[in-house]
Amino acid sequence: MADLLTLQGWLLALLQTALFVTAAPLLVGWLRLLKARLQNRRAPALTQPYRDLSKLFRKEVIVADTASPLFRAAPYLVFSATVVTAAVIPLIAVHLPTAAIADVIVLVGFLALARFFLALAGMDVGTAFGGMGSSREMTIASLGEPAMLMAIFTLTMTAQSTNLSHAIDFQLAQGLVLRPSFMFALLGLLLVAVAETGRIPVDNPTTHLELTMVHEAMILEYSGRHLALMEWAAQLKLMIYGVLIANIFFPWGIAAELTSSALLLGLAAIVLKLMLLAVVLAVAETSLAKMRLFRVPGYLNLAFLFALLGMLSHVILEVGA
Amino acid sequence: MALQLIAYAVALSLLSGLAGLGASRYRSLLKHLCFPLLGLSGLATAAGGFLALCGDVAAAQLPLGLPWLPWSVRIDALSGFILLLIGMVLFAVAIYGPGYIREFQHGRHSLAALGVFTGLFVAGMQLVVIADDAFMFMVAWELMSLSSYFLVAFQHENAANRRAAFLYLLMAHVGGLAILLSYGVLAASGGGFTFVLMRAAELPTLWAGVAFALAFFGFGMKAGLVPVHAWLPEAHPVAPSHISALMSGVMLKVAIYGFVRVTFDLIGTVQVQWGIIVLLVGSISALLGVLYAMQQSDIKRLLAYSSIENVGVTFMALGLAMIFLATDHPLLGSLGLIAALYHTLNHALFKSLLFLGAGAVIQQTHQHSLEHMGGLLKRLPYTGTFFLIGCLSIAALPPFNGFASEWLTLQTALQGVVLENGVLRIVIPVTAAMLALTAALGAMLFVRLYGIAFLGQPRTRQSRQAHIPSLGMRTAQGLLALLCLLLGVLPALVIDVMGAIPQALGGLPEPGITGQGWLWLTPVSPAIASYSAPLVLLGLGLAWGLFYLLLHGGKQQQVRRIHAWDCGFGPLSPRMQYTATAFAMPVRRIFQPVWQLDEKVEHVRDSKSGQLTGLRHQLQVGDRSWGVLYEPIGRWVIAAARRIAMLQSGNIRTYLSYSFFTLLFLLWLIS
Repeated sequence: MADLLTLQGWLLALLQTALFVTAAPLLVGWLRLLKARLQNRRAPALTQPYRDLSKLFRKEVIVADTASPLFRAAPYLVFSATVVTAAVIPLIAVHLPTAAIADVIVLVGFLALARFFLALAGMDVGTAFGGMGSSREMTIASLGEPAMLMAIFTLTMTAQSTNLSHAIDFQLAQGLVLRPSFMFALLGLLLVAVAETGRIPVDNPTTHLELTMVHEAMILEYSGRHLALMEWAAQLKLMIYGVLIANIFFPWGIAAELTSSALLLGLAAIVLKLMLLAVVLAVAETSLAKMRLFRVPGYLNLAFLFALLGMLSHVILEVGA
Repeated sequence: MALQLIAYAVALSLLSGLAGLGASRYRSLLKHLCFPLLGLSGLATAAGGFLALCGDVAAAQLPLGLPWLPWSVRIDALSGFILLLIGMVLFAVAIYGPGYIREFQHGRHSLAALGVFTGLFVAGMQLVVIADDAFMFMVAWELMSLSSYFLVAFQHENAANRRAAFLYLLMAHVGGLAILLSYGVLAASGGGFTFVLMRAAELPTLWAGVAFALAFFGFGMKAGLVPVHAWLPEAHPVAPSHISALMSGVMLKVAIYGFVRVTFDLIGTVQVQWGIIVLLVGSISALLGVLYAMQQSDIKRLLAYSSIENVGVTFMALGLAMIFLATDHPLLGSLGLIAALYHTLNHALFKSLLFLGAGAVIQQTHQHSLEHMGGLLKRLPYTGTFFLIGCLSIAALPPFNGFASEWLTLQTALQGVVLENGVLRIVIPVTAAMLALTAALGAMLFVRLYGIAFLGQPRTRQSRQAHIPSLGMRTAQGLLALLCLLLGVLPALVIDVMGAIPQALGGLPEPGITGQGWLWLTPVSPAIASYSAPLVLLGLGLAWGLFYLLLHGGKQQQVRRIHAWDCGFGPLSPRMQYTATAFAMPVRRIFQPVWQLDEKVEHVRDSKSGQLTGLRHQLQVGDRSWGVLYEPIGRWVIAAARRIAMLQSGNIRTYLSYSFFTLLFLLWLIS
């Protein structure tokens, strides 16, 4: 462990985290631009999410008089937990010291921690919407989490490590091998990512219709900088899932050593991968309609089934081969 | 030294029980003498346990018992660990007790019963753990079971409580019988009742299987494994809350101790099928436990069902350990064992914290149902904060202690790739996914519990007028919350000390979980997985501090407080909030077949115009194990009893002839 803890490594890790956090709104801007184009609308500027955030940060904070102290602490907690999640994911380089702090199971735990406080904050003011949103969010998450872990287990059993850096290393060393288990795991993880980040067809990030909202219902009472932190955390979460999928399944290009040329290549690679993933998501969101809430379990069961098939094909087809 | 300390602890518990006798006349004796004695006993237990865990192993023979069967006691790393756990919870309960029993002080409840049986109950648990022969073990076990029966029946004016207590007594004895028979099998091949002889004996495979099955049934029943769990959510909640904390937090652990002692130590060589059974039963218990807990609205019943979940998780890790040991992977076997025991310790702490918190809430609001609570965080800030820490720990969220042990369990499961058997290689990840589902549902369960009870607006007048509980009650909760946080942030320090336990159980190797220093947990090797809770906490704190400073720039910014958005329809009332039943409704719908649901929606119409004026919704959620297991067995027993009752004609001559024929039969038998 000692060789990991160099000053240079820590500095790079901090820089990478800062980049991760600041780039998250850009991904959302890109996604909105794509969706607008696909729907024949005029798109907002790519930097619109930044403008929205900075507007919210400057606005006055209004808190309901029934709110407890937890309501005011929750945005900071949710945001910090999400930032720490972002810090442990290899974005442009592998083997940074932050990756050793937490493996991929801990990463799922961080996301659960953020969700826990988000759901509690939804229930704090005591309106009907908040409770509804929390109940739905936790239901969806509790079905999504096993599917996600199952998909991850398939990968980690192949790579024999739950550490993200080591798993990516393994992928890189293997070269381009078509593994059926990875295909299934990728499908499962994609479905879970859509559900967890609250995109169509599970939730609609732009809706405020009572019957359908999930994430928006929980943060309905927030305003000003609190709302900005919650929104930013949600954007960060989208980026987290994007980077996870991009770098675990398609790690090529990521910087394996810490030279400036390798790092630049890594940066270019992840930008390209995320842009392409956003295209897939935008097309899917434009062509699909939102599901009824009680069709979501079926959807997540499908995700679990894919992940399970991935596991089975790993055990049956690939072990010993 | 360790053994002496435990002897003092037992003596102090018994003294506390003795002092309780006087409480019928001097009611304040309970507060001023019994609880302080219990607290001292707790300290002595924890100290003795810690010494034993650090290597102070000792054995002795007591001048008690039968002439040819003296009682022998022994303390090793495993019993030391369990004693440490008992001591910590007992100490917290002793601080909590004086403030809590105030509500019984002026009632018609017999405080003497409470004092005497609490002392006996605690002494029973301490003796079970140090027993070194089957005879003393069973006596102590029965002492523990019987005295806790009286504590469950403490508020016996309520018929439901009497029924729960009877059920508890019945199940404790069915379980006790199985344990006794298991010891019988072991004693028969060992040639004696002491554990030393049993350990040395080589059992034939069949008899080892029988002994294991009986022990698993008996201890599993006490620990509350599905499907023999039904007594637990009935009995634990009806005892006074500090006793519930002892029962759920400690007594279940004594049952787990018994199982580990018999399986890993006395039987010794485990078989792979046993491991699979334990793993499957554990995962089913974990999943069903959390699903049943989700539908409870009584706060203590909910916590009791959640104990079933956590016991299930513990048994999953034990099952994995057994599978690995049987397939000759001793290192992974001890990893699973450590994961199970660490979860045991964590569960003892956070479950007693939650039960003590629930006791404080019930004392202040006189409500048991979540539907009548709400907004308690503002009325009870200390209890609310400590309860939140308990919820975070039990929901397995980093960096709290529940996460550390579930992470170790998952890591053990992921090592299933080393197994040769293809079926096992699939079964183990699937159970790991079940564990993930359980953990995620557990998070939902505790969002529901905390959100409904402590957040939102008060739903009743009593919740609106709750007062801060006494200093002792707050201190006890604070102490346990601190321990939960410490065990979550510094797991490596504790696990390092726990490394002696596998060594004590037939010389298993010490798993190198803490090989990289106190910052890191690295099961197997750092390349496979690593987790550093202190650095995680540091990262969270840094991110929080940085953004707080950035946003506030060092100066306090004002926030405007106005009423919540009401859609323009006038003020929101507490009745408009989501209820606990509504919160759990999606889960109820998704996992419908799990429960015995009885849902009725009644349309209330105006008698004249026939217009709809209201809706009445009734929901009953039943435990399926009653219909599937208990009621058929109960009916069968009653039917059998009725058949046998035909023998009783009431005629003396018939009875005499029974005796005569029995005598003839026996004579024939021995001739």
